Amino acid sequence: MGVKTATGAPARLPGADATGRGSLWIWLNKRLPIGEFIESQLIGYYAPKNFNIWYFFGSLALLVLAMQLVTGIFLTMFYKPGELTSFDSVEYIMREVDYGWLIRYLHSTGASAFFIVVYLHMFRALLYGSYRAPRELLWLIGMLVYLALMAEAFMGYVLPWGNMSFWGAQVIVNLFGTIPGIGKPLVEWIRGDYGIGDATLNRFFALHVAAIPLALLLLVMLHLVALRQTGSNNPDGIEIKARLGPDGKPLDGIPFHPYYTVKDIVGVGVFLVLFALVVFFKPTLGGLFLEAPNFEPANPISTPEHITPVWYFTPYYAMLRAVPDQRMGALLMLLAVASFFFLPWLDRSPVKSMRYRGWISRTALALFAVAFVALGYLGLQPATGAYVVLARIFTVLYFAFFWLMPFYTLIDPVRPVPERVTYHAH
Amino acid sequence: MRTELAPGTRAGRAAALLAAALSAAALAPGVRAEEGAGSAEGAGKSGADWESWRADNEVSDMASLQRGARNFVSYCLGCHSLKYERWSRLGQDLEIPGRLLQADLLPPGDPPTEYIRTSMPAADAQSWFGKTPPDLALMARARGGDYIYQLFKTYYVDPTRPTGANNLRLPNIAMPHVLSELEGLKRAVFRDVVRHGEGGTEIHEQVFDHFEQIAPGRLGAAEYDGFVRDTVNFLDYVGEPTQTARRALGIWVVLFLLVFSWLAWLVKREYWKDVH
Repeated sequence: MGVKTATGAPARLPGADATGRGSLWIWLNKRLPIGEFIESQLIGYYAPKNFNIWYFFGSLALLVLAMQLVTGIFLTMFYKPGELTSFDSVEYIMREVDYGWLIRYLHSTGASAFFIVVYLHMFRALLYGSYRAPRELLWLIGMLVYLALMAEAFMGYVLPWGNMSFWGAQVIVNLFGTIPGIGKPLVEWIRGDYGIGDATLNRFFALHVAAIPLALLLLVMLHLVALRQTGSNNPDGIEIKARLGPDGKPLDGIPFHPYYTVKDIVGVGVFLVLFALVVFFKPTLGGLFLEAPNFEPANPISTPEHITPVWYFTPYYAMLRAVPDQRMGALLMLLAVASFFFLPWLDRSPVKSMRYRGWISRTALALFAVAFVALGYLGLQPATGAYVVLARIFTVLYFAFFWLMPFYTLIDPVRPVPERVTYHAH
Repeated sequence: MRTELAPGTRAGRAAALLAAALSAAALAPGVRAEEGAGSAEGAGKSGADWESWRADNEVSDMASLQRGARNFVSYCLGCHSLKYERWSRLGQDLEIPGRLLQADLLPPGDPPTEYIRTSMPAADAQSWFGKTPPDLALMARARGGDYIYQLFKTYYVDPTRPTGANNLRLPNIAMPHVLSELEGLKRAVFRDVVRHGEGGTEIHEQVFDHFEQIAPGRLGAAEYDGFVRDTVNFLDYVGEPTQTARRALGIWVVLFLLVFSWLAWLVKREYWKDVH
């Protein structure tokens, strides 16, 4: 660093190499390629320089995942799965375990935060065409992450064994009963009993703390590997690899580290401010993140006034209830999630990014976003009268976005895409 | 975590409050006559807007929490438990000295580390009330403070009920109006509303209009309101005993994160000067 010898050459500690790193570093790297990994995967990974605010949510999702794993491990130290112990052990954590309330609120708020960042991350992909070739697999793996996350969140919600946990599990597990033929035995197999009970609770615990987190970690790793292979898309929807400089690096790319690591840390800071505001000042967020009926223990003979899932499932729940027939409703729900998987092949626009698409694609995406949020709201309301009618309208809009896409993207008046990304240095 | 006050001040304050609380019972009958009469007059046509009544309790108000604890022990503990709250925790959080906790609140023979439980056997409760009185440790979280506040402000005389009392918030409530000696007795006045149903049929509905005070209680209207509010406040605290510590810590965490974000932004700006 600052120390110089009499000849002006930098002073070198005994055992240090030219980079000034010590012999332990050399010893380590001869055995484990840590330096090589950082060099090739972080510094050598060139990302487009024109990322905007939408590009924070990938790293934030990773942060929340890590936080859920750590807080989850601490929770399992005091949580006791079981019909007679779950509810009490959660209250024990909230009251008598040192900072147990903090760990629990971090975990419960983290669940909602996970969905917020994932939904924004997915919207980013819709906005800039990040699901398009060559990133179809990246998108599909991401969708599998989303599915795993939904399973993880659902089972986690059952664990406190509050009354909404119980009745939510009842409603969701019964959806499998609508499958013709195998429905009834399948539901019994899932529950491990003739009703939602101790067996169900314990297997959900096993899946929630071991099986699904492992699957999530594997899928997230594959998601990152696939991203590294294709490189990130960007708000202009241009492949930066198409324009290389004399050194073989993309002209519009900058090393992920340090540029995007320092930038993502700013995102982490801002995110954590908002996150902490909820955890410390509004942990239930008015019943949205933690529902009031879940402060009553599970009671099979007392149904809550309105059974609603937590907010992140309510768009699909609204669709389920918009259909008079339960089997068709369940099928529609499944189709709503499955539609995302077909996106790379439904979109036939010659350009990726909304920046250069015409008014038809833009209107379609805007209507889709409105429909998704509106369905989320309607899923929290009772399924009566005007609410059902509205849910039907928005369900149609939701599906129209996907399944009319092959047509409207073809007639959409697109604008010419520039050769280089748009970037203004600050 | 909690700010430690000087032991003398703390014990002194709590002692004074508890002494005041205990003597309030003795003083109340004296003020009954004029206050009761006044409130019956003033509350003559009240109650139509009961659904919008808010508890507006303040869980950091220690004196209110102490009064609420006294109210709970005097009027609720006979039937209801707070099974997740220990007596010692209550004493610690509400700054009640061990000596006073032992003398005035703790059931004889119970160690302070015991959870707050009613001595009423559940089987007896079942046969007396038709159901076991629910545990109240999480009631404020499950139903909300406003619910409990409205519940205790909307009892009215109803001779058709086994307990002689009914309730607007929870119609056909199994619980008797245990605070009637404090609030006095109210009559609910209903008005007949005619709705036109299908095919020109007339449907008569009894809609609540207002309350009429028919007998004064030991407390005036404002005093009773304070009594209920303190009790709701106490149940709010019991619902989440760590909430005051949570908010106190939160301020520092958010301040730290704001400074952290600002520094991170400065670093980012410095690095990104190279990007053109």
